[in-house]
Amino acid sequence: MAKHSFARSEIQKAPTGIPGLDDITNGGFPQGRPTLVSGGPGSGKTLLGISFLVNGAQQFNEPGVLMTFEENAAELAQDVRSLGYDLDKLVEQKKLIVDYIHVDRSEIEETGEYDLEGLFVRLEHAIREIGAKRVMLDTIETLFGGLKDTGILRAELRRLFRWMRDRGITAVVTAERGEQMFTRQGLEEYITDAVIALDHRVHDQISTRRIRVVKYRGSTHGTNEYPFLIDREGITVLPVTSLLLEHGAPNERISSGLPALDGMLGGKGYYRGSTVLLSGTAGTGKTTLAAHFLEAACARGEKCMYFLFEESPSQLIRNMQSAGINLQKWVDNGRLRFHADRPNRHGLETHLLEMHHAVETFGPDVVVLDPITNLMAVGTQSDVRAMLTRVIDFFKTRGITAVFTSLTSSTQTLEATESMISSLMDTWILVAITEQDRKRNRWIYVLKSRGMPHSNDVRAYAITDRGVVISPPSKPESAKRKRS
Amino acid sequence: MSDNFALRLYVAGQTPKAVRAFSNLRKICEEHLKGRYSIEVIDLIENPALGRGDQILALPTLVRRLPTPIKKIIGDLSNTERVLVGLDLRPRRPHS
Repeated sequence: MAKHSFARSEIQKAPTGIPGLDDITNGGFPQGRPTLVSGGPGSGKTLLGISFLVNGAQQFNEPGVLMTFEENAAELAQDVRSLGYDLDKLVEQKKLIVDYIHVDRSEIEETGEYDLEGLFVRLEHAIREIGAKRVMLDTIETLFGGLKDTGILRAELRRLFRWMRDRGITAVVTAERGEQMFTRQGLEEYITDAVIALDHRVHDQISTRRIRVVKYRGSTHGTNEYPFLIDREGITVLPVTSLLLEHGAPNERISSGLPALDGMLGGKGYYRGSTVLLSGTAGTGKTTLAAHFLEAACARGEKCMYFLFEESPSQLIRNMQSAGINLQKWVDNGRLRFHADRPNRHGLETHLLEMHHAVETFGPDVVVLDPITNLMAVGTQSDVRAMLTRVIDFFKTRGITAVFTSLTSSTQTLEATESMISSLMDTWILVAITEQDRKRNRWIYVLKSRGMPHSNDVRAYAITDRGVVISPPSKPESAKRKRS
Repeated sequence: MSDNFALRLYVAGQTPKAVRAFSNLRKICEEHLKGRYSIEVIDLIENPALGRGDQILALPTLVRRLPTPIKKIIGDLSNTERVLVGLDLRPRRPHS
């Protein structure tokens, strides 16, 4: 769609093969030109460059040359092997050349005029040897520490970037972030085609990596900061899904698992592929409601995934058993799968990625996230919202119906905590407990449900050994009293 | 002991800088190392792979292979005093 209409006027791209990065750069790095990747120590710039080379060699038939000025080749290969890249193998297959240039000022005496032709000769030799299309220079600024004559160095770097451009080499040049500039030595002055900034922040002892396309001449690109992850599968930039709101809106309806609740939802239940928020205070039976939904989906023959952020699967199965819901049966026949994780074990992005991996492997039709509030404690409000937006986008593009439970603390106004996420939800169901005549009464009502006429009743319900039982509609005046 | 100093001069083609470096080197060697040096000129344009072994980056580069440790001097060797310091034939002055 929009992508195609841009393609003609935009410059050629060399895909990075890094999930998500090609989305925000609208296809990859500028082909035949250098791209500057800047970031602090440990921000992942070397790994990003190596991914670009490795993917180029493996997926796009573009061999690469890695010129490293930093670590020695053996250490480097070992570092990236932990992320699943086998540089030695690529070198054997003549798809990659790693050349290590070490410069130690204390070993070198300078006298008179010189140039960096040695670097050019080595680079050209390596490029010719394997027909390289991609080059990575990591981190060329190190040379400023090794050579005294910065005048020569600057002139030679300028010549080097022009030289690579003349040969149509797509290059990634990494640089250490400077105090005021993107690089310590102002390399952005020489590399003006594309600049990528990487950042590594720690918030509440949880680290988050971020990537931003600062500049991309001749191309549209995402301008936000996007979180990215480095894990055993390499780099993943989020969103992994489309930036556009283009997912379909199915008309199919699926049961909430409770005929009475379906009745409150226009008589037919939820829309398939929609998002449902179940919120309420502790002990209102949110998990039980979610379990009803899963049980019904499993009974229809659908695959279900239950993300647990509080209880263990066995504890949940036992508790639901006492409410007459047998989840074990569906686990045994493979329709229900649990994914339990402690919220504070990783940052939001890692959670998001793990959910992606889990959903992609299992391919569920419906998912439950229980409780989403525990995840919300891991990041700042805006981070949580951004993460939820992405996860919801992901579910929607796959047509997955998602139920989120949310724990409201009793001291807060019932609807306040969810205000930040409610707009992302298509259906919002509230459950509450009130005390009256020494008895605790449970109430359920549909606060909103997009695209359907829904009940305005506040209905009483009970949690029994046959699960949630919703009472018939109460008299209008009593309903009115409860809601005020 | 005619081979006390094994020197290698790396160049890339017969550039003015390369020619200057070679003649400067010959002059210095004749004056200070007469009879106990050998010079090997390596043209990286002919043998680009040889650049890796001695970690050649700048050109021209003079490498003192022997006596050890290996020393490197880059440039056209126009400053005799610095070349002698680089070859360990003169003590390195502090703050130089």
